This record gives sequence, structure tokens and C-alpha cells, in this order.
Amino acid sequence: MSGAGLSARIAEAASRLLSEGSAEVVIGFEQGSIPMRATPCLVTDPSDAGRLVWNAFCANNLARYLEPGRKAAIVARGCDSRAIVELIKERRLKRSDIVVIGVPCTGMADPRAIARRFPGLRVTAVDESDGMLVIHGGPEPVSVPLDEVLHASCRLCARRNPVICDIPLGDPVAERDPGFPDVEAFASLPAEERRSRVEAEMAKCIRCYACRSACPLCTCASCFADSSQPQWVGRGAHPEDVTAFHVMRAMHLAGRCAECGACARACPTGVDLSILNRRLASDVSELFGCRAGLDENAPQPLAASSMEDSQDFMLDPGRKRE
Amino acid sequence: MTDTIHGRESLVRLLEGILAMPGVTVYAPVAEGDGAAFDRVLSASEALLDSSGAVRPPRQILAPMTETLLAMEPGGSAVDSVPAPEPTILFGARPCDARAIVFLDRVYAGGDRIDPYYAARREALTILSIGCREPRATCFCTSTRGGPLSVEGSDILLEPSGEGWIVRIITERGASLVGRAGLGSSDGRVTDPAAFPQAGAPRDLSALRGRLEQAFDDPRWEALTAKCLGCGACTFLCPSCHCFDIVDAEEDGRIVRSRIWDSCQFKTFTRQASGHDPRPTGADRYRHRLMHKFSYCLESYGMPGCVGCGRCVEACPVNLDIRLLLDAFGGER
Repeated sequence: MSGAGLSARIAEAASRLLSEGSAEVVIGFEQGSIPMRATPCLVTDPSDAGRLVWNAFCANNLARYLEPGRKAAIVARGCDSRAIVELIKERRLKRSDIVVIGVPCTGMADPRAIARRFPGLRVTAVDESDGMLVIHGGPEPVSVPLDEVLHASCRLCARRNPVICDIPLGDPVAERDPGFPDVEAFASLPAEERRSRVEAEMAKCIRCYACRSACPLCTCASCFADSSQPQWVGRGAHPEDVTAFHVMRAMHLAGRCAECGACARACPTGVDLSILNRRLASDVSELFGCRAGLDENAPQPLAASSMEDSQDFMLDPGRKRE
Repeated sequence: MTDTIHGRESLVRLLEGILAMPGVTVYAPVAEGDGAAFDRVLSASEALLDSSGAVRPPRQILAPMTETLLAMEPGGSAVDSVPAPEPTILFGARPCDARAIVFLDRVYAGGDRIDPYYAARREALTILSIGCREPRATCFCTSTRGGPLSVEGSDILLEPSGEGWIVRIITERGASLVGRAGLGSSDGRVTDPAAFPQAGAPRDLSALRGRLEQAFDDPRWEALTAKCLGCGACTFLCPSCHCFDIVDAEEDGRIVRSRIWDSCQFKTFTRQASGHDPRPTGADRYRHRLMHKFSYCLESYGMPGCVGCGRCVEACPVNLDIRLLLDAFGGER
């Protein structure tokens, strides 16, 4: 189904849910104020439901806007739903408070990739049809397959259809979990090269915390990075403080990160450290045989315990580690 | 001697000439990932002269993200760290960037207290701006009393003309640089900016301010800012935001007092020791940012705390567009 067809069906579902009182708010996207941008939209009045749209520039993870105790309907594709699954498992949200309006997703377009593809082009508008983007702004419109300008996280997406869903809209798309080719490629680099790549990303960080703020799983009521007593990590631009922040954030998300890439897309200076999250997801997948968000019934690996645990010190607190 | 720069190669030669001057530090837009930032350049080939503006503003040249104010040695003696920079040239700022520095001058060095750290860097700085040929989708400088050929803050303005630029000398400092770089110059009179493509219809700042002040208790603040994530992208990409915090830390056995950027959009910004927070909600914090820029700064500094560069519009992870908020609360409709 085309974006326009889905937009109309999302608006219709939103209007109905608000009118019948099944949700206090519908969380979706509306057209943004600049080209190549859709923007989160929280609709509470059924007469505003017509603002909701679905297109290739819906970059944010909307699960970020779910709040405990608020009956909300949410437009969710694979990544949004993976985050919702984790939030429910962590008892941050109640499943019964959420109406999932499920949409299939073929990935979102990366404006930076479009800029690389068409250097110097000042894009004024983009139309979509059948997997192609038609880009306006030059003397003649130019086109590019959506598949060739996807966000990296979308190319690597393990689950494009919603994992949980109450109101399915559109036909499901074929799944194509590519595994962790990025992690394998990165691991094959010499140590010096790995270090310099990570340091180059860290060097762009301005500590604005857009990554943390956009992350649906960064749910701590108070973040370690904001703590002054004790101060776990320095707040300035010193490289060791920047590194400490990003590494600690990645570790906090181990086994929980929905791998949606919202952090990298939110970053105003283009810091992309998703390789840290992806490496941890790859390790968790290998060690525990599970991926965050993909199974609503599986326990969270780092929050569960088992009498069959191969590490028996876990089960015998009195035992000293060797 | 010429007063016109004919095309890109001549612009590169001008930068090369400036780089060849002994004892100067030159900042210019350089590539940073897919974007650009003002950074120190050693050769003209590093500079992105065709960029339509750097993603990151030049303010870190004058007010670094983290700067040491003083250090305390183990024996108890304090060492002040007021910088003594060599002459510095900011090459390729946009007119809005230069206006933002005029604003920072009023904040840091305009009253009866002068910030010595800022003042030392500012005293060393010469600003060469390049006028804008066409506005970007995010530009709104004309709503903040600026424009594509605004000369405020610039020592030299390169005014676009055909494929090249006319050299406009604005200040004595600019004249000195032009002389040393072997350029001639036209006078400081600038072509009527109305001849250039404009960044939308200008807003009337005085009327806007009055209406914003009346809208302080408007119930729509919460709904219209509900999607704000509370990050600091807008404030840290802003060329005129300047709020800071001061922190002490131990570094190599010394106690170092540093100034670091802070943001009014952070939850911890106004939280007091008692736990009380006068701006407890995201809507309170967003409203404060808007009111500060378009009301309080006009009162305190005689100019808005916004130059309409559009970086916050571009940078906002959720596309919360300050222009739409200005029109919602300060517009006539």
C-alpha cells in the first residue's frame, strides 16, 4: 500500500480510537516543516486526526512518547514495536494501556544519504511511489530507489513488521534479517583502525544528549550522566568524559536496545556509535540466543536468572570468585 | 590590487594569502562527517568554501565547550588561565554568524563586567563573512533584523556578485587584513539586500515581542511543545546561546575549575538544591528559551538572542520548528 493510502487509514483509525475513548492520545507522524522531514504528532482531538501521515521520512522512534498510565494508541512499525515490547517487559508500560496501530515498513530514507547521492541539490520536496523517491529541487526531478538511500539501521533491520499489533494496516512486508554484517566487518579491522573510527565519532559529540533523549529505552528517571553527587562522568568535552558517557550508555542498553537507530538519526552533528549497541546485541544474541524486542514472551537475558545457569557463582552468593 | 574576487579560485587564493601570513590562526568551515564545522585550517584545501553554512556555529572559537578558568596547585596556589591567543581570523562565516558574535559581545563584554576569557579571544579575532546568495529552507534571518548581506559583526563582508564577490571593508580591522592580504576593496556600502532572495516574509520583532509577553500563560504551550525531547541540540547548535556551568575536577593532582556549556532545555538546569524547580516541565523550559530570545534579550541587550540562522530548525531531532512557535504565540493569526 502507498504512503498516501496508509496515511488515510492511520487517520481513520486514530479518529475512531479517540472518538470511542479507546485512547487519550494517538502518537503518529505529521508532515514536517522542512523538506525530507516528518515530525512526531500527538493527536488528542479526533478532528486533528487528518494531520497524521506515513512516508519515508518518519525517522523517530515513537515509543519514546508512551507514558505510564496514559491510554495511548501508537503508530508502530517493527522498530517502534520492538521498543514497546521491551518497555512492557520492564513493566514501564502496561500492554492494556497501549493500542498498537501496526504498519509494515520498507525502511526510512536518510536525508544525508540523499545529499551524498545528489551533491549540491537543494531538495524542495520528495514524492514516493513503488519503492522510488522522486526528488524535486533541481532543474528536473531526479529519482532514486528508496533501498539505496536507507538509514543504516533500516538496512540492518531484523524485523520490519510490528512484533505486537492490535490494528494491522497495510500488507505485511517480507522479513529479511541480515544478521550482523556491520559487527563482523568492524571486528575484522585492525585494533588501531577500530579505535580511530570510534574516536572520530566521539570527537563530534557536543554532549547535547539528543541520543539519550530520542532513545525509547533510555528510561531512567535520572541519568547517571546528570548526577553530580557522585559524579560518575565529567560533563564537558574532554575525550575521556565523552567516551565514558557513550560507553556507559551503550552498556545500560545491553540486551535492551531495540536497534532502531533513533540515537544516530537524532544526533545533530552526525555521531553514529550504533556499532557499540550492535556489538552488544550481537554478543547477547550469541550468548543468550535472543534479540531485544523480537519475542514478547522471552525474558530479558540480563534481568533473568536460571538454576541451569552455567556460571554457578550466580546461584551461590557465598562462593568467592576465583 | 583588486576589489573584486572573481570566482572560486580567487577566493581560494585569498584564503591562501591569509594562511601565509605569519603568526595567525585561521578558522574556516571544514567537513565533519556529512556536515561542516568551523575548525582550524592549515591549508586552503581543507576549507569547505562552497558549503551553505557550517552545521556547528563558530561560537566555540570564543567560548569553547569546555575551558579551564583556573587551576589550583597542590600547594594551594591558584593559576589563572586567561588565554593569550595569537591573531585569529574567522574565514567564511555567514552574516548571521557574525551578528551572533555581536550578540555574544554584549553578553560577555557589553556591561560593566567584562569576561576576561572571552574578551581575550575576541580581541584577537577578525571576521571575514561571505554573504548569502540564497536562503535555505531553515533560514529566517530577516525576522531577526538580519539579512543575507548584514554587515553587523563582520570586519569584511564578501558580497556575492555574479560568480564572484565584491570586497566590502566594514571596520579598521578589516582594512588592515585586506591590506596585508594584498586585496583592494570597495567601500563599506552594501547593495540593497532586497535585490537578494529573501528568507520568507520578515516578522515584526516589536509586535512579536508584545504578543509573546501576552501569551506567557497561554494554555497551548504544553500541547505545542509536547514533542520536545528535552535535549540540548537546539541550544548547543545555536550561535548565540551562551549559558554555562562551572565545575571543579581533579586532573593530574591539580584541582581544575572549568566552564562548560549548559542548556536551559536540560531537566537539571534550574533544579535547585532544595529540589524545587521553577521550570519543572518541558513546556516551561521551551517557553523560557523562546521568551529569552525574543523578549528578555531585547530588553537586556537591545537585540534578539536569535539571528535566524536556522540551525535549531535543522538540528532538532523531532523538527520542533521555532518559527512555527513564534507564529503560534507571537503572530497575528
